Amino acid sequence: MRPFLHGAVTRLSATLSAPLSALALPVAAVAVSLALFGAFVALVGVDPVEMYQLMYRGAFGTWFSWQNTLTRAAPLILTALCTALPAQLGLVIIGGEGALVLGALAAAAAGMALNGAPAALVLPAMALAGMAGGALLIGGAGALRQWRGVNETISSLLLTYIAIAVLNHMVEGPLKDPSSLNKPSTPPLADAYMIGTLPGSSVHWGLVAGIVCAVAAWVLMRRTTFGFAARMVGGNPRAARMAGLPVGRLLVVTTALAGAAAGLAGMVEVAAVHGRASASLVAGYGSTGILVAFLARQNPLAVIPVAVLFGGIGASGGLLQRRLDLPDASVLVLQGIIFVVLLASEAMRGRLHLFTFARPTATPATKEA
Amino acid sequence: MDHASLGWWGVPLAVLAGAIRVSTPFLFVSLGECLTEKSGRINLGLEGTLVMGAMSGYATAYLTGNPWAGVLVAGLAGSLLGTLHAMICALERVNDIAVGIALMLLGTGLAFFLGKPFIQPQAPQLPAIPFGWWSSSAQVRSALDINPLFLVGLALAPLLLWGLRTTRWGMVLRIVGESAEAARAMGYQINRVRLLATAAGGFFAGVGGSFLSLSYPGSWNERLSSGQGITAVALVIFARWDPVLCVWASLLFGGAGALGPALQSVGVTQGYHLFNAAPYVLTLAIMIATSSSRHRLAGAPAELSVTR
Repeated sequence: MRPFLHGAVTRLSATLSAPLSALALPVAAVAVSLALFGAFVALVGVDPVEMYQLMYRGAFGTWFSWQNTLTRAAPLILTALCTALPAQLGLVIIGGEGALVLGALAAAAAGMALNGAPAALVLPAMALAGMAGGALLIGGAGALRQWRGVNETISSLLLTYIAIAVLNHMVEGPLKDPSSLNKPSTPPLADAYMIGTLPGSSVHWGLVAGIVCAVAAWVLMRRTTFGFAARMVGGNPRAARMAGLPVGRLLVVTTALAGAAAGLAGMVEVAAVHGRASASLVAGYGSTGILVAFLARQNPLAVIPVAVLFGGIGASGGLLQRRLDLPDASVLVLQGIIFVVLLASEAMRGRLHLFTFARPTATPATKEA
Repeated sequence: MDHASLGWWGVPLAVLAGAIRVSTPFLFVSLGECLTEKSGRINLGLEGTLVMGAMSGYATAYLTGNPWAGVLVAGLAGSLLGTLHAMICALERVNDIAVGIALMLLGTGLAFFLGKPFIQPQAPQLPAIPFGWWSSSAQVRSALDINPLFLVGLALAPLLLWGLRTTRWGMVLRIVGESAEAARAMGYQINRVRLLATAAGGFFAGVGGSFLSLSYPGSWNERLSSGQGITAVALVIFARWDPVLCVWASLLFGGAGALGPALQSVGVTQGYHLFNAAPYVLTLAIMIATSSSRHRLAGAPAELSVTR
């Protein structure tokens, strides 16, 4: 190859290969997982082909299923951000479920307190309360990490269990609606305080909120000095500290923002789906969000399509249950398989040269020296 | 003596009895995790292992009619999950914390999926040893009905401590956990040692899970474990990677876990959920009190990522 052409091809392949191979591994991991899960259900006597056909229909087959999928994707985008944002700093936060729950509780409480005020006031107040609730929880885990050296993964999960206990306590005690007998919950929100749906669909505005937050998170992390500093901390905390970066402040602010995202998911669930806070808010959006963030390689923009995918998987769960008599935990098993295979696929990173034309060669620096 | 006669004195007694009962799963999970972490790796997936152990133990006990077979199968299921964890972590650039989170999800999902048919039927339970035969009080007697698994765990702890300190195997395990470089230079196969340590840790956690379904609370359902696994992982840090200290820590956590049910039994229903969260609050408080941002924890295996 002529040097000029060679150079151009190498440059072209370099610009293309990074995003392509970044995409190739997760896609391959999902494909392998689907095959493994197919084999698993075949073992319990279910036809995998029929199952995947049903799954596709339940997730993306009709306009109805698309609406269901997108409704579920909304909180998933936000809870995934709860893991993806701190990941820029090298933290592993798994407390999205707790932040969602506390955010939902705070939002419901704000809605109760301001009952009677105009919706234009109540809805922002609920959103703020939800975000504050989530920020308090995950920001707390970040602060504990920074000032006490407490492992943030364990503390964020412990805080989740505590948040769920607080939710149960409040909806069965101080905030209980006396008329909610066998399923304790807070009093229902007035219709005026419910978030509406996008025109011509049953998908609520929470999806838009999620997408806006994801884009904002991407801009913050990739296009601002704050994000640059945060990613520097993630790359090498010691170097960042040496360079004079305010590591502690970056850490606490980022974790608080992450918690605010999941808290907003809780507010959206209350104000758009459930209309009240109750134990059914603990629906696994937090744990699925962790997987979404990992599959999106902690990229806030990539979180959006991955959340739609998992929204679809979740949406199809009901159909699998009704038609094939599969347990509702099938979705959990599939998620677990995807997570495990995805992590194992990390070992293949950089080994695949599918998209590179030029083999990486050793630099001749040693000869010249 | 009738039930109410102990009155408020029933609370400390119930907490004591609960400490023994509730602590058993904590004890097994923490002993297993202690072993795994000593090899320089953390397995956060023990929450999933615990649930998987509870389900497989219950299912086996129901199908064979022998609860001890259930305990064994639960342990084997746990060691399978541990082996999976170790094999994935042995790959390059794989983070053990992330693998643990994934196995938490997979273990729970598999247990719920496979355990669906066993929610209704009643499996035979592990027999308890009546240490309270001398007392005329029903509450004292039931408090001292001690499960043999608790005694096994109690005996296991000093045995593990002795094994880690004085045997060749224990030494190799500690070298791998303190410095993989040194272990490699001495010719030990790091990944194989860690695989054995994680599989053994998974076995213990599985057995701990079988206690949940075969003794206390003594049934299988999807709400059986909520966070005992992750609490036990934190407990190992609190116990400074010492198996005997794990026993005391487990008893403490068991007592905290028994507070809610004990207060409920004397009619305190207000704040029931909050009392049930006591072990998590206690764990968090202990982690805050004992961690430090300035220096590494005493006794922490140097290869352990979680305390860095």
